[in-house]
Amino acid sequence: MIKALRKAVLLIVLLGPLSALIAFTWIAPAVLTTFLSFFDVGLGLQLRPVGLENFYRILYRDIWVPQILQTTVIYVLGVLAINSGFGLVLGILTAYFVKRESVSLFFRTAWLLPRMTPGVLYVVLWMWFVDTRYGLLNAILSMLGLPTPYSWLLSKPHSQIIMIAINGYVGASYGMIIYSAAVKSIPTDFFNAAKVDGASDLQIVRYVILPLLKWPILFVTAWQTLSLLASYEYILMVWGDTARQANVEVWALYTYDRAFWLYDYGYAAALSVFLVAAGLIMIVLYMKIFGFRRLMEPSRVEV
Amino acid sequence: MAELKRRVRRILGSILVYAVLTVPLIPIFLMYTWLFVQAFSDRVIFGIIPQGLTLRNWAFLNNPIVFGGITHTSIWVILRNTLIFTFGVTGLITVVSSLSGYALSRVQFKGRTEFMQFILALHAFPAVILLIAVFYILNKMGLYGKGLLAFLGIIIVKAGMEIPMSAWILKGFFDVIPWDLEWAALIDGCTRLGTWRRVILPMIMPGIAAISIFSFIAGWGEFILVYTYMATEEYFTLSVFIHRMIGEIMYVRWGTIAALGVFYLLPIIFFFIFTQKALLRIYIGGIKR
Repeated sequence: MIKALRKAVLLIVLLGPLSALIAFTWIAPAVLTTFLSFFDVGLGLQLRPVGLENFYRILYRDIWVPQILQTTVIYVLGVLAINSGFGLVLGILTAYFVKRESVSLFFRTAWLLPRMTPGVLYVVLWMWFVDTRYGLLNAILSMLGLPTPYSWLLSKPHSQIIMIAINGYVGASYGMIIYSAAVKSIPTDFFNAAKVDGASDLQIVRYVILPLLKWPILFVTAWQTLSLLASYEYILMVWGDTARQANVEVWALYTYDRAFWLYDYGYAAALSVFLVAAGLIMIVLYMKIFGFRRLMEPSRVEV
Repeated sequence: MAELKRRVRRILGSILVYAVLTVPLIPIFLMYTWLFVQAFSDRVIFGIIPQGLTLRNWAFLNNPIVFGGITHTSIWVILRNTLIFTFGVTGLITVVSSLSGYALSRVQFKGRTEFMQFILALHAFPAVILLIAVFYILNKMGLYGKGLLAFLGIIIVKAGMEIPMSAWILKGFFDVIPWDLEWAALIDGCTRLGTWRRVILPMIMPGIAAISIFSFIAGWGEFILVYTYMATEEYFTLSVFIHRMIGEIMYVRWGTIAALGVFYLLPIIFFFIFTQKALLRIYIGGIKR
């Protein structure tokens, strides 16, 4: 009896703060978001029940939804190609082709730079780089005799290219790190055996490394799809409330826009219910595909 | 002949390898060069050539920035806010995750696996989409836009968003400590909590250091929560302050923006130089977009 009581106290002391924080920042908001989506929320946060009206509006009456969806697809696929695809190239290059560990570490650190730069500063750097009059990008382009756009930020396709580049530079290191750790964990015997059989480096990549990297590739792609779907911070910092005109407003930012710039909280909550639902479905799906054990692995890979 | 051909191919191959690794990084390096050169000069040509070296860009250290008839908040007040916010977040995350990391790693209880699965699922779930509901909660608690009190709310929310990952990472550090040490302490009459504090905690100091640095950087760089929930400039942190300056003065005073940027970057540079190993481990261990 006393033993059970002591254990309960121990658990409350150890896990209580964590549970309280999670309840406050994750569970309560997730439940509340769903709840608010059935209301019209006024400026003073007074609630007026409207049933499914908000959802009806999203599906049939919101003229912005098609454009937002299109931008979201472009954003997710574009950045995903960099994070997962180019990240794979970086991972294999730094872990297999660059033989000296110190050189490889240098490149991996360098590629981490955009991720480690505080977001706002990273955005300042880009805004200077693409600035029409003062920036470097147009200066280089005109020096090479290439056409320079009037603005890189105001309209698509230029705005969307910059949107993908800004996020891609941050994301490429994610794939790189997971993949290079996976390549490093392949026993060197495999490579030696292939070489003895006369395989070239490219053949080793094609027939030894890539098949062994099947799971990491699937994992990175799945994980990144989910986090890209709900990310919008850099887009918000660069474009702010001009994102919609510039065709770079993704679904998650549209949610933010509706809530904090147009004060339409109920409608915004309904918009984010779609994201929460998509997130939950994907997580359950991933748990099924990868299993609990496999999901635990990425938190244990070493440099 | 065949030997020569193979050698040429190998050289071409490694040129290609280093080109792919280096060329895309050139813009990033140029951006950083520009930042540091611009912070100390009037104009910069081609991103690297300074014109008119000056310290005028740093005038904001002595006098508040004045633009368009508006006197902005002093940078030292902003720095104070940023430090309160960052240390608040760091402290909260470190304490909570060293408690829960231990429990997740060592204590058997009913529903342990499910709880861990849940934490891991949160790790994947981007918290920013719950911003509206958090806004509603903070508002109803009377914590919205109320100066330092609002800070408290934002600190808790930020810590809550980071906690699943930090707890998970620290659990990994607890996992590698041998059980024998704990048994020895328990047999000698130490309680579970006493063991945690006197025996185990000192052994995972590297992990705690890593988590603290990581949360410091996360707190220092935090933008969206303060931007959304803090209404008055007096309580802005550096990130939101700089963002406001981008909107107001950037196109006329690039120099001031660059100097502000360097000022903002100083602690990050410090950590990058002195704690690179720990940092890399954490970014590599528990990376999150």
